[in-house]
Amino acid sequence: MATSAAGDVLVQGGRVVDETGERTADVLIRDGVILEAGPKLTAAGARVVDASDAIVAPGLVDLQVHFREPGREDAEDIQSGARAAALGGFTAVVAMPNTTPPLDDAKVVAAVMEQGRRAACHVTFAGCITKGREGRELAPMGELYELGVRIFTDDGDCVADANVMRRAFEYASALPGAVIAQHAEDPALVAGGHMHEGEWSARLGIPGRPAAAEVTIVARDIALARLTGGRYHVLHMSTAGATELVRAAKAEGLRVTSEASPQHFTLTDAECASFDPVFKMNPPLRSAADRDAIVAGLVDGTIDAIATDHAPHTPQSKELPFEEAPPGMLGVETALAVALTELVETGLLSLSDVLARLSWQPARIAGLDQLGHGLPIAAGNPANICVIDPQNSWVVDAEQSASKSRNTPWAGRKLIGRVRHTIRLGHPVVMNGAITT
Amino acid sequence: MRHLLAIDDLDRDAIIGLLDGSEYMSEVLAREIPKVPALRGKTIVSLFYEDSTRTRLSFETAAKRLGADTMTFTAGSSSVKKGESLLDTVRTIESMGIDAMVVRHSAAGAPHRIAGWIDAAVVNAGDGRHGHPTQALLDAFTLRRHRGDLTGARIGIVGDVRNSRVARSGIECWDRLGAQITLIGPPTLMPERLDGWPVDVAHDFDAVISELDVVYVLRVQQERIGRALLPSLREYYTRWGLNTDRAERMKPDALVMHPGPMIRGSEIATEVVDGPRSLVREQVANGVAVRMAVLFDLIGSGGLV
Repeated sequence: MATSAAGDVLVQGGRVVDETGERTADVLIRDGVILEAGPKLTAAGARVVDASDAIVAPGLVDLQVHFREPGREDAEDIQSGARAAALGGFTAVVAMPNTTPPLDDAKVVAAVMEQGRRAACHVTFAGCITKGREGRELAPMGELYELGVRIFTDDGDCVADANVMRRAFEYASALPGAVIAQHAEDPALVAGGHMHEGEWSARLGIPGRPAAAEVTIVARDIALARLTGGRYHVLHMSTAGATELVRAAKAEGLRVTSEASPQHFTLTDAECASFDPVFKMNPPLRSAADRDAIVAGLVDGTIDAIATDHAPHTPQSKELPFEEAPPGMLGVETALAVALTELVETGLLSLSDVLARLSWQPARIAGLDQLGHGLPIAAGNPANICVIDPQNSWVVDAEQSASKSRNTPWAGRKLIGRVRHTIRLGHPVVMNGAITT
Repeated sequence: MRHLLAIDDLDRDAIIGLLDGSEYMSEVLAREIPKVPALRGKTIVSLFYEDSTRTRLSFETAAKRLGADTMTFTAGSSSVKKGESLLDTVRTIESMGIDAMVVRHSAAGAPHRIAGWIDAAVVNAGDGRHGHPTQALLDAFTLRRHRGDLTGARIGIVGDVRNSRVARSGIECWDRLGAQITLIGPPTLMPERLDGWPVDVAHDFDAVISELDVVYVLRVQQERIGRALLPSLREYYTRWGLNTDRAERMKPDALVMHPGPMIRGSEIATEVVDGPRSLVREQVANGVAVRMAVLFDLIGSGGLV
């Protein structure tokens, strides 16, 4: 029996699943660090966190969220977004820099980084590749790197100019651990488009965004990564063609990674026939063949991470016709459950495989392993943990969301698997499915 | 019918029912006093987010011929620009007490969204590139008056099908009535995908013109040239315009239609518009009868006198 100290936390009765494997173990936490992990631990005086019949896993890591701060705090802010993410099991997220003003400036980044450190989960930030996200001049990548930025992207927009993209790869290669992440949609091909170009866009008369817009940019960027030796990450990959290109690039040994969002391995463009803009996003919901290729990419490891692209919009901004509403949907509270329901319950992936794509693999892409995320549940590691009820069946209720917004396409859907507790640096920020901070 | 949002929502019998109703309304319109009190006490609002004088006047005439009270709300091209959400706008109007809302909007599906928000009946008077069901019905009505049954009729739709709500609704409607449809025009103006569409495509107008029973000409817009869809209007007219040479090669009894507004000399020769094959003016006249039938079907309760 360990001698306990005030503030100790004992996660008791669960089954640990991490990168090193699976075992029954209790976890004793002191001062934010795992003191001991092993069977049948006791610690008199420690706060006991019940993990019976549950999975104890490293905290989840989301490579792509939009927390709208600064600029659109009516839709979300860092604190509300972080609470929603913590409820979804995330202990760290990377917020995208397409804010107003954008995150292309050290002062702004320093301010949001400070906010992110004291949120319910650790919120770190991607920085812009170019000033003002205008695609022309490089943002001060070195200054942003010094503040902790590891992912650089103009997400929301694609870096369309091939030469600018080339120079970004070259410049970032002097910053260890930095990665150039692309929103891969050629702006000329998607101009005026609101949904995937295909059978449904033709039928509905809604101008389309062709899959080729993603495929051509990913093909070009891979060629540039080969030319420069740069590190490249494809954000929210959505097409069969891009998945095939990333598969080949990995086989070639290039430093290329990719992520997919729950909506893109689950839903298709047929949803747009409802004309409900909750199904509008960029890149758009694709064809069934693309959706199946994304699933296959997740299964064979071509796709390294599941990232939500959590994109809150106020209710009134979605109370518009499809073509006039802004793109994006909520994701952090439902990502794990959608993945468990659509990938594990169906037998496509093991629980451990899904956790790899939601925790330790994205943690490594963003360098968040260096900050103690996604690490094995073992003595000495920071206590960033989520406890999951794998069999808990629940129905998504948008009104219950911790987000300031309500734009979830999963509303009313039954999902299997739910986060019971989330522990951030030893603090149980979510207990029994409710936020405590 | 609860709403008229898309032809897709109607089966063949429902379409024929509306065409028969339109026949009756057409008789009403031929009377000395072309008016019946079938919708007396009802209020119909036209909500037009896109300029359209002819469709709006046609609906408002139809409503007045049935004795309904009418109101008109016109706005800029988008609700976003006004700063008010579409939901707030339509709920405000509904609060004034209305029975039906006739909606024209530049965005596909706007009437569908509105139908989900209010209790009044919603009529789609054209939504983006998606649909224009009353135009399809009035065209079917016009054709039926000339040909009787549409079964087996070969209808060629010429022009910017990709961007045409008239074509999308027309195809759905005329296919249900048994017509065979051929889309004619450059590949850049055809829908990108045609999976499941009951149509053939001909890029060579001259190869098919002598086989068509109806040539349905769509408007072609100058702005298509700036977007690399067409080299020039002159080249378009040479290859796909319904000029007098082509009109002479049509079947002797073949008919010409156009939904308007038309640009004489850009897509159709003025001699053809005003010639004996042209149903263009009849289409406009029949629009009122068809819209009367639609409004009566949606919110009529009493009998017709």
